[in-house]
Amino acid sequence: MSGYEGSDLFIALLNITLLSILFVIAIAIARLRSLFAIVMLSGIYSLVSATWFVALDAVDVAFTEASVGAGISTALFLGAMLLTSRTAKAEEGITKIVPLLVVIATGAMLVYASIDLPAFGDPNSPANTHVGVEYLERTKPEIAIPNVVTAVLASYRGFDTLGEVGVVFAAGLAVVLLLGFGERSLGATVRQKDREIDTNANPGGEDER
Amino acid sequence: MNGDHHVILRVVAKALIPIIALFGFYVHFHGEYSPGGGFQAGVILAVSIILYSLIFGIAPTMRAVTPGFARAVAAFGFLLYTGVGVVALIRGGNFLDYDALIRDEPGGHLGQHVGIIVIELGVLFAVAGSMVTIFYAFAGRVSEIRDEDW
Repeated sequence: MSGYEGSDLFIALLNITLLSILFVIAIAIARLRSLFAIVMLSGIYSLVSATWFVALDAVDVAFTEASVGAGISTALFLGAMLLTSRTAKAEEGITKIVPLLVVIATGAMLVYASIDLPAFGDPNSPANTHVGVEYLERTKPEIAIPNVVTAVLASYRGFDTLGEVGVVFAAGLAVVLLLGFGERSLGATVRQKDREIDTNANPGGEDER
Repeated sequence: MNGDHHVILRVVAKALIPIIALFGFYVHFHGEYSPGGGFQAGVILAVSIILYSLIFGIAPTMRAVTPGFARAVAAFGFLLYTGVGVVALIRGGNFLDYDALIRDEPGGHLGQHVGIIVIELGVLFAVAGSMVTIFYAFAGRVSEIRDEDW
């Protein structure tokens, strides 16, 4: 953490605060039964994680988390919630304990694995020595745009991004194939209302459709 | 739907939705200089449409942005992205080799700039169209969101 000595304590406090908020929200989500409250809390969870990503200098990731996690997922969850009941059923017996054990075991393994990770911002870590430096040095003469993240995303890794766009498009297609276009039930109501407006506009007139 | 007790929501949303959409375009066209790009911009644009439908109802939204239009935009975005790659192929470069798009003097990077903006535009269309399509597929199955559903 060279160059950050003076603010180390502040950064540590910030991280601890944000992570504790995330922890509390996660516990609340696990304990709540009202789906609406859960959807809202998961939106808040995304927003707090986005704040934390900003604190970690990952601004692009934070932006994506804020717009996708807090924005579109919340809206999509609300839409999906309308198709089901408003409360979740409480789990009982063994199904209540097993997920907790799985989470604790996975968490312990992740914490154990994180001991081997290089320190945050370590200039000698693999990510900061091989490809990362290469991108930083070559973007200016080769692409000539200021945002290296965009250069990597759109130009150096253009193929990957094409694949991601394909995945998003395929996801939209899959939902449509499973649930229908959404106009079967609603298209009928819309057309019905249009017809009513038309008849009201010229009462007694002929149906032009 | 009883509009009276949602009057603040409606007034605020009416003022906010154009700003959200505008911010989406800002994020897109400023993607070369600041965080963000086509993906985030597409999501923000989709959110502005979805927010409108959550507050003013799905039927008026479907009349303004028809489900067919949303699907067509999604497919067009994907084709636009692939099309840039094909154009680069035709002009003698590799697939998605933006330098081959526009021949300019050595050291110039106009092709890279144009290529990145156009493929990001493809990402924007594909993401915004897909998100609105997914939302329509979920929300279009219930005719109206009643107040007690929240």
